[in-house]
Amino acid sequence: MDTPVGARLPNPIRPAFDRGERDDSVVVSIGPSHPATHGTIQVIAALDGERVQRVDVHCGYLHRGFEKECEDHTWHNLIPYVDRLNYCSGLINDFAYCEAVETLMDVEITPRCRYLRTLLSEYSRLADHLTCVAASLMELGAMTAFLYLVMIRDYIYEHLADLTGARVTYTYGRVGGLARDLPAGWLTRLAEILEQYEMFIARIHGLVDRNRIFIDRMRDVGVISTAEAINFGFTGPILRSTGSPRDLRKDMPYLAYAELDFEVPVGIKGDNYDRYYCRMREMDESVHMIRQLMEMLPAGPINVDDRRCTLPEKHLVYTEIESLINHFKLIMDGPDVPAGDVYAAHEAPNGELGFYLVSTGGGTPYKVHVRSPSFVHMGGVHRLLEGYQLADIIPTFGSVNMIGGECDR
Amino acid sequence: MSTPIRDRILQALVPADGEGKVAHGMPEITVPAAALLGLVHRLKDEFHFDMFLDVTAVDWPQRTPRFDVVYHFYSTTHLFRLRLKARVPVAEPVVDSLVSLYGSAGFMERECHDMYGIVFRGNADLRPILLYEGFVGHPLRKDYGKTQEQPLVPYRT
Repeated sequence: MDTPVGARLPNPIRPAFDRGERDDSVVVSIGPSHPATHGTIQVIAALDGERVQRVDVHCGYLHRGFEKECEDHTWHNLIPYVDRLNYCSGLINDFAYCEAVETLMDVEITPRCRYLRTLLSEYSRLADHLTCVAASLMELGAMTAFLYLVMIRDYIYEHLADLTGARVTYTYGRVGGLARDLPAGWLTRLAEILEQYEMFIARIHGLVDRNRIFIDRMRDVGVISTAEAINFGFTGPILRSTGSPRDLRKDMPYLAYAELDFEVPVGIKGDNYDRYYCRMREMDESVHMIRQLMEMLPAGPINVDDRRCTLPEKHLVYTEIESLINHFKLIMDGPDVPAGDVYAAHEAPNGELGFYLVSTGGGTPYKVHVRSPSFVHMGGVHRLLEGYQLADIIPTFGSVNMIGGECDR
Repeated sequence: MSTPIRDRILQALVPADGEGKVAHGMPEITVPAAALLGLVHRLKDEFHFDMFLDVTAVDWPQRTPRFDVVYHFYSTTHLFRLRLKARVPVAEPVVDSLVSLYGSAGFMERECHDMYGIVFRGNADLRPILLYEGFVGHPLRKDYGKTQEQPLVPYRT
């Protein structure tokens, strides 16, 4: 073992540059395994002292062939996979994917399912934003704020585990409905958690908003204009932080959003502070929506009465041959989705999460493509990093909230 | 989504040798690969489709030409999406790059190049993005086997 390990292995990437603007510029490689890149990503940066001149971002370290694997399983069997795209808000992935398949099948979900999916989407957004804000604050040294926020997030995870059986990867959506209805007392606990959220989020505002250290690190750092954000395809809190109120929940309402009262918070100039504040305000709006939805939630079935996609009741499977065969065909062959292609998108916590599905008929997709906000954001993130300090990469990267699962697929 | 603007776009933009339709509420235009860049220019300048959402390809091995390159655009003015498809043959899988019009095209075209081997003429940076340097082939093509392996680091035995 004479040669060092690194010398024996080929480099998986080819940096776009190996020198900076000046002779004394230094090129450093940050990541892919770095505690502050939460997610496996590599940033090649040319530095002039502490100032970042140029960056080259490399993703793909978490690529696992998601789209290839999808072509080999039934439409239903993909649901556990889509959970693992943005693993901070798995339910939103589930619902966006299910809606795409339902559009192809021309299935209209039941009212209870529609309201429940909306409620759970907002609940997931809350958990996702809590994670993002908590992680960004911790990276700036705010350990107390981090613990307050992840404590609430953990209440949410435990509460969702009561509903779905899992803390993170829920597999709760179904084509044409949901896995199961709410357990007894679930909404009561939900109301409690929302109250605790309000108590602790008030403390975060008190600790952070006007904190000199926090403002110095966040204000006027990672600035981007609306025009440039649109040019780079930015959506979600990054686009809204620039002052543009673009939100699919308002602009192309899906699920029950057209019936809800909510605002779209926007920032002033698209810097790190605005992205932090947009997320904080969006969480408040989510809580406001969840409370409305708790009142609006109608009774009734959660699954459509459609034998093409919904599994028959268990007692029928055991007692009559038609249901037994129906169950068998749905599991073994998958739901029969008519030929065609569709693009369906939901406003995920990070931006537009789109599924482009191609079916040639039958129980298995011909192609599944995910338009993941994180991947698109990585295509333009250099604009947020160049010209700032090396240390600013950490809070800026935190405020973009790159999620490796959906970025690399 | 307002139907008049959608119809107006379809009337104005569908070229003589292309086709236009509305599928599941989304307008879709199929164009020859050579006409793509000009059409997207008009789409952006005249019809305010200012956001390049996505590009991917679909592989139809039995068909000639073999690939559909599928684009999605969004207009933050009209608040709706539009799909473009360009067909390219496997012998010359080339379309014009849209990096001159949209910054977001850079990364997404790189991914499509990785996965399907589509060449985006004018995109100077088609280095692997989700795959690694030296990867042979295009894994999302239908003739690339799902279990085919080419590890960068040899397996420990």
